[in-house]
Order: sequence, then C-alpha cells, then structure tokens
Amino acid sequence: MSQLTAAYRGLRIGDRWDAAPKPVRWFGLLLVVAFAYYLPYLNILPFAYIRTDLTPSGSDWASVLFLVVVYMIVAVGLNVVIGLAGLLDLGYVGFYALGAYSIALFGSKSSPVVEALQVKFGLSEEWAVPFAACIPIAIVMSLVAGVILGAPTLRLRGDYLAIVTLGFGEIIRITARNLDGVTNGAAGITQVPTPPGPEIDGRQFFNTIDAERWYWLALTILILIIWLARRLEHSRVGRAWLAIREDEDAAAVMGVAGFKFKLWAFAIGATLGGFAGLLFGSKQQYVEPNAFMVQLSFLFVAMVVIGGSGNIAGVLLGAFLLTYLPERFREFVEWRPFAFGVALVAVMILRPQGLVPSRRRAREFEDRRHEAEEAAADV
Amino acid sequence: MSEPTHGSTVEQEEVVLKDTSDHDEIAIETTGPDGSVLLEVDHVTLRFGGVVALNDVNFQIRRGEILGLIGPNGAGKTTCFNAMTGVYTPTEGKIRFKGTEIAGTKPHKINQLGIARTFQNIRLFPEMSAMENVMVGCDARHKTSVPGALFRIYRQRPKEEELPDNGIRRAFAKVFGISRHTLEERAGRRRSMELLRFVGIADRAHELARNLPYGYQRRLEIARALATEPELICLDEPAAGFNPAEKEDLMGLIRRIRDLGHTVLVIEHDMKLVLGVTDRIVVLEFGQKIAEGTPDEVARNPKVIAAYLGEPDDAA
Ligand SMILES: Nc1ncnc2c1ncn2[C@@H]1O[C@H](COP(=O)(O)OP(=O)(O)O)[C@@H](O)[C@H]1O
Ligand SMILES: [Mg+2]
Repeated sequence: MSQLTAAYRGLRIGDRWDAAPKPVRWFGLLLVVAFAYYLPYLNILPFAYIRTDLTPSGSDWASVLFLVVVYMIVAVGLNVVIGLAGLLDLGYVGFYALGAYSIALFGSKSSPVVEALQVKFGLSEEWAVPFAACIPIAIVMSLVAGVILGAPTLRLRGDYLAIVTLGFGEIIRITARNLDGVTNGAAGITQVPTPPGPEIDGRQFFNTIDAERWYWLALTILILIIWLARRLEHSRVGRAWLAIREDEDAAAVMGVAGFKFKLWAFAIGATLGGFAGLLFGSKQQYVEPNAFMVQLSFLFVAMVVIGGSGNIAGVLLGAFLLTYLPERFREFVEWRPFAFGVALVAVMILRPQGLVPSRRRAREFEDRRHEAEEAAADV
Repeated sequence: MSEPTHGSTVEQEEVVLKDTSDHDEIAIETTGPDGSVLLEVDHVTLRFGGVVALNDVNFQIRRGEILGLIGPNGAGKTTCFNAMTGVYTPTEGKIRFKGTEIAGTKPHKINQLGIARTFQNIRLFPEMSAMENVMVGCDARHKTSVPGALFRIYRQRPKEEELPDNGIRRAFAKVFGISRHTLEERAGRRRSMELLRFVGIADRAHELARNLPYGYQRRLEIARALATEPELICLDEPAAGFNPAEKEDLMGLIRRIRDLGHTVLVIEHDMKLVLGVTDRIVVLEFGQKIAEGTPDEVARNPKVIAAYLGEPDDAA
C-alpha cells in the first residue's frame, strides 16, 4: 500500500494543482518562475546548500544553472519525439551539435566558412554573420536535418528508427571531426559569437564571467518553449501524436496522416535540439566535436524516461536531476557512472513510468495494479 | 481560453441504447437512399503468398442501404474490409468509391474520402479517454496543424453565441476573432459528446478506453468511426461477444446509424441479427462470393445453408 501511495504522490499533487482556483494557480506559477530567476543569487541558509560552488573546486553555480536549462530545452524537445509521438530517437545529440556548429561556422570570425566568405566577397577580417542572423540559420539547419533524416526513416518502425538515428548522431560528430577544411576538425572553432547587448563595465553583456545573464536568457527561452509545447500537446496535433503512439494503423484508418505528424514531431524536436545547441555553443564561445559524443544522446533519453515520458514537468525534473546532481557532487566524480547506472535501474524497477509520470501513464499504472489485486483476490 | 468543464457535466445515460433526439444534430450531408452505387468491389483478388483470401469477389454497396457481409470463419470478410480501407492493396481487381478508384490509396486518404470502419479485434487508443478517442475521429474533418495550434492563426469572426462570457475575452474575441484551433476544439468536444450519447456510453466519457467494459469499447469504436463523418461505415463483427439483449440494442443502433444518412456495411456471424437488420446480404466462402440477395433469398439459398451447416449461430 505504501508503495501505491508513493507511486501516486506526483499524481495527487498534479490533481490538487488542477483543482486550485485559477488566481491561485497563476500566483503559484508566478512564485515558481520568480524563484527560478532568483536562483543564481540564492544565499540564504539552508537553501544555499543546493549551490554547487560551496567548495573551491566546485562548479560555477550560474553556469550549472545555465546548463540545466539548456538540457531542459533539450528534454522538452525530445519529449515531443519520444514521449508524445512515441518515436525512439537515439541520435538527438546530432541536432544539438548542428545547432552549435551553425552558430560557430557562420558566426565566428575564425571559422573556415566565414574566412572563405571574407575572401570571396572581399570583406574585412572582422566580418562574420551577425548573431541574430545565425539563429534562423541554426533553426533551418536543424529543421532541414530533421526532415532529411525523418523523411526516409519515419516509415520504419521502432527499433529500426532507433538504430538509424543512433547512426545519425555519430555521423554528425564524425563529419565535424573529419571535415577539417570546413569545421577545423578536432581543433574546433573559437570566437563563437554571443548575443548582442549593452556593454557594462567595459565588458560585453553576455560574457564568460557573468553566467547568470546566460541563465536568465535561457530560462526566458525555456518558458516560451514550454508555453508553445503545451499548446501543441493540447491540440489536434497532440492528439494525433498520441493516437500514433497508441496504434498507428488504427490511427491511419481514422484519418490521421501518420507520416505527416511524425515528421512534424521530428522536425520540432530537431529544432529545439538545435536551438539548445546554439545556446550552449554561444555561451562556451568554443565548439569542438568531442562535446557531442553519443553518450550525450543517452543522457538526453534518460532525462525523458527517468523524469516521466510524455509529461513536461517530468522531463524538466529529469533534466534537472541528471545535470545538477553530478555537478553538485563533483567530489564523487569517479562514482558518477556507477551512481547513474544504479539510479537508472532503481527508477526502472520502482517507477517504470518515470518520476513524474504523465497523468495518463499514472492512471494506466494504477489500473494494472488494481487488475493484479483483483486477480490475486480471485485465486 | 475558458475550457468548457467536461467531466462534471456528463449526464448519466442508460446503458441500453435508446432513441435519442439528437439525430438531426449530427446528421451528415448525404444524397439519401437513392439506391445509386456508392462502393464497387470489382473482381477483386487478394493473395497472401499461397493463400487466396479473396478470389474474384464482385459486389456493390448502394447508397443508404445496410449491407450484410457474412460467411464462415476465414472466408475473407475482414480481408475485404482491409482492402476497402487501404490496409491491403488487392492483387487484382479494382475498388471504386463514388466512382473513384481507391485500391492502393493510403488509409487516411480513404478515410477522408468517406469510409470509416471498426475492427473485429477492438483497436482503440487505450491510453486515451473515450472522449479523446472520438475526438481523434472528429479531427479527421478538422484542419488545424502545427502552425495553427502554435500561433492560433486563421482567426474567424465569431457568431454571437460563440463569444465568451468574460468581458475582456469577449472584447478580445470581437476585435481579433477566434482562432480555427479554438473553434475546432469546441466543435470536436461538442460532437464527441453527442456521439458518445448516441451510442449510449456518455456516462463514462472521461475514462481511459482500456478501462471501459467490453460492450462500451465496441460502441466506442462505432462512435469514433462515426466521428470521421463517413458516408460508408464498415462494422467488423460489432456484436461479437454480446448477449442477446445487447445484440438487440445493437440492431437498433445500426438502424439509427443508417437513419442518420450513413450507408452501413456490417460483418456479422449471428444469422438472426443479420437477417433482421440488413437490406441485402453478400455471402463469402473460402474467399469467393457464393450468394447475394435479400435476407429472405439468402436464407433460402442451398449453398448458404450448406456453408453454414454445422456452424453454430454465433461462431466467432
Ligand atoms: N495478413 C495476412 N497474412 C496472411 N494471411 C492472411 C492475412 N490476413 C488474412 N489472412 C488469411 O486470409 C483468410 C481470410 O481471413 P479473414 O479475412 O480474416 O477471414 P474472416 O474475417 O472472414 O474470418 C484466412 O485464411 C487468413 O488466414
Ligand atoms: Mg474477420
């Protein structure tokens, strides 16, 4: 019984939330958002213990927060693909890398691409594609990659799609490493541009020191993305995705254009992945192929699955835990893979539907238990 | 956006199907039972490797009729449905719907043309509520896609009764109109509820499909198919596993579906049900058509009697 209660705590909080009057919900949401913006300055004990920079060797707190939010964007995007449309994408890092490389290749003064453009059009050595123009480039690059990868492969089912996407992620990384003339190969690209902003104290607004500004920027974008993702989820499109995930053939006979909606899911996922990569590359001001190893894809999938596939709150939590915990407990760095493995197995055994399951999945889980109990009672 | 609170407003509906008054509300546009040919199965053969599931099958469905498709187990009835709804492509022959060749067309395109079906082995979307299942059906006639859902574009000037009550929202809707997404969602919810009431399962509209009792699931499949506004609805053994009282209800439901203006094709094993509800019957055996005619003619046909000899009435 206690297991049962534990399993539905998340659900009941959600229900209580839904039952609350609208002003209360808005106020609660406002508090959460305000707290999120305040986080970099958090210094009141005992809450300050969540900071990652308590020891001299700790990571910069605001930078950790930034990475958490970037991975949250990744998780929301991947959730559309895996959680809603039910497509297992194991190469998501490919889109993340494409986003980061788009801004590096076109925005950096020292990228071979920009240097070639400078020579060709007789531009000054200081010229590069402006940051604002790099955003649509990154979006289009990842979107097009999503469509090019999706168009032939989305007709495949389950396992095949997983294998093809796994390969895609590696192809992007290996191409980036080997295409010396375009990407500088393993050396990577430096001088990746940052968003424009007023100069303060003789420094650019977005610089390597004031990481909290990056965090606020990413957080604002994340909130916007969540708002849009929820709109999709509660629309004809979201229903089509669920129907495809549940029974693709029955959905087709009911008039759902399966391929079209799967391609949309893939393209939306790719775009969000690319956008997250762009933020990451811009903050680092340096992009290199080794930042996009296949392990990162697995980490992304783990965020979605551990947090609760199909539920935005769940995947946000998943992204937070899997990014934050390793940074907070850096001193145990050699234990990291072990702890990760144990946590993964524990979640899969104790809460197969994820930490904060979608209400749908939680209900399903509850029914299965009831059925099992009834069956046991019959014997 | 003020969501109509569904959940609390669902009236308790009797389980037994009864004549409801909202027929004309969900009636579709139709040419009526004028007897013209709606669907034509033209010498269709369908092989699975060595198995000939359909062998030169040839029959027509006329507008507004209830056509029964019967035959022993393995006769090729379900395969015939699959060929008509785009799941399989006939090896030979043609299938024409309203004069258009549809063999080889994608299933969702065929649905858009106006054919819907249910499945012999129920295939609902188990983790979606009954209402959501029907809304997926309604979505077949809606247009909102990703841009429309994201940015709420395609705004339309609302009619007076569509305006929200809330003052600010009302003013906003008056100035900027209401998005196609919102209007479609509302229409879908309303229509889904009507259809659930029509098939008699509105009392459990918000339960997951997988939790519904068997009889409810069968009826939910019918509601979901009706939601796509088909001209032709194909029911694959809708009464399988029903008791006599439920079968009686189902016969009433099938008639009411026809009265709404749909043409009905029904596969059924129970001879009493088939003879009672259909206008005409096509009989298949081993993939071949062995008889066709009115219920009386078919019941007297020696070939049919031979085919069914020893077959209990409700053999699955
Ligand atoms: N996908 C398939 N692959 C191979 N054989 C099939 C397939 N579908 C149906 N069949 C065969 O076609 C024949 C007709 O099956 P079916 O149409 O399901 O019969 P019915 O619905 O009349 O009981 C059976 O012999 C069945 O084994
Ligand atoms: Mg069958």
